[in-house]
Amino acid sequence: MSLSVKHLLGIKDLTAGDIDLILRTADNFKDVLQRPIKKVPTLRDTTIVNLFYENSTRTRISFELAEKRLSADTINFTASGSSVSKGETLIDTVNNILSMKVDMVVMRHSASGAPHFLSKYINASIVNAGDGINEHPTQALLDAYSIREKLGSLKGKKIAIFGDIMHSRVALSNIYLLTKMDAEVIVCGPPTLIPKHIERLGVKVSYDVKKTLAWCDVANVLRIQLERQNKPLFSTLREYSLYYGINKQMLDSLNKEVVIMHPGPINRGVELSSDAADSKNSVILDQVQNGVAVRMAVLYLLAGKKDEMPA
Amino acid sequence: MPNSGCAEKDQGFQMKSLFTGQQLQITIERLAHQLLEKHNDFSGSVLIGMQPRGIHLSNRIYGKLAELLPGIQIPYGKLDITFYRDDFNTSSEALPEARETSINFSLENKKVILIDDVLYTGRTIRAGLDALLDFGRPESVELLVLINRRFSRELPIQPDYIGMTVDAVDAQRVKVLWKELDKKDEVIMI
Repeated sequence: MSLSVKHLLGIKDLTAGDIDLILRTADNFKDVLQRPIKKVPTLRDTTIVNLFYENSTRTRISFELAEKRLSADTINFTASGSSVSKGETLIDTVNNILSMKVDMVVMRHSASGAPHFLSKYINASIVNAGDGINEHPTQALLDAYSIREKLGSLKGKKIAIFGDIMHSRVALSNIYLLTKMDAEVIVCGPPTLIPKHIERLGVKVSYDVKKTLAWCDVANVLRIQLERQNKPLFSTLREYSLYYGINKQMLDSLNKEVVIMHPGPINRGVELSSDAADSKNSVILDQVQNGVAVRMAVLYLLAGKKDEMPA
Repeated sequence: MPNSGCAEKDQGFQMKSLFTGQQLQITIERLAHQLLEKHNDFSGSVLIGMQPRGIHLSNRIYGKLAELLPGIQIPYGKLDITFYRDDFNTSSEALPEARETSINFSLENKKVILIDDVLYTGRTIRAGLDALLDFGRPESVELLVLINRRFSRELPIQPDYIGMTVDAVDAQRVKVLWKELDKKDEVIMI
């Protein structure tokens, strides 16, 4: 069994079979993470560089842990404090690192399409850890894993994505994945934060948070991406939280349990109140734990990919 | 490592049946008694079946021992070694899919009986030892196999309990069929 792709650039390139394989493999790795020795020697001959041109805590640590648990050697690169400030180009930076026998690249960059561009120039496998406002495939995979863990499967489930859809690569990757796996998706937020024509991706649009909460099985709440907005798209954070924020009172007034998810970091009190984030329906910390298992699965499946697959 | 072959003629060798269902039963009973002889009441001993195909044998052996030692619960686990293989990047075959590993007890100071169906090159068992040692430090590890392909070892690994010894050429495959999977119990060579 193997993936149909050589790189993980986006969910767009994956088949439903690929996604299923990654989630099933992640089950095995989650098991490894519960053992007293949380390691397997599988990738001990592999060196992986974490090439982060953009800030990150969660994703970087998660990838680093996944790599170490697979016994791979890891190198961390952050743009600040490197030759990038001397004007070194992306291709030069990566080729210099690869010439030191590095086998895989995990990359986060602020330009959408940067990993796709790079994949044309280098031989190593690339894992996209987030590119601009395009995709964040491993986040969508761990979100799917968490939903599957809590609700059993993705098919037919109702997932609502709340917040800054327009600037969110997490939203886009989730939309591609959930529609591929036959879930129903509604995106919900202020009209200024929802891109026009997004229905063409197979999702419905709503501007009413309460109604959408009543409809969905899972609420994936996104952070307001202040750093990606160069014009004011809503009046104040306080007004956003009044009209579009989610709190425990709203959840309690429903007749059913809604699973609460958030990719992190949470702006507590803005998109999600603390009592909702810390409630028993929240799988936010499980998402983080699942992230390591899912990333182990991705790295394992990509590293094990042979150049010529038997017919 | 031998993988699941299919029952067709291979390089002019015919499919040959080595064990019938009834012979298999008798051999499994004999192996269970051998274990009993060495381990008595199994206090301090555990059984571990190797995924994916050793499980069927270890299930039968566990069942037989449960008959012979009523009231005694022998700790029984399953071990998958996909992540410990030494041919992860180099094998020309596709990545095998990992199965369940479930060892819900400590191996610390226990006598482990590792069970697999066919011992061929010894690499699966080598990987199994690595995986086992990640669960703790056993007092000892013994190997029980149904079929011992005697002259094809690539590592210095030998079995302690043997169902049957088979001398086969490299090109031949020895496959164990189980009633649960293949509708009948049989050992064939193809």
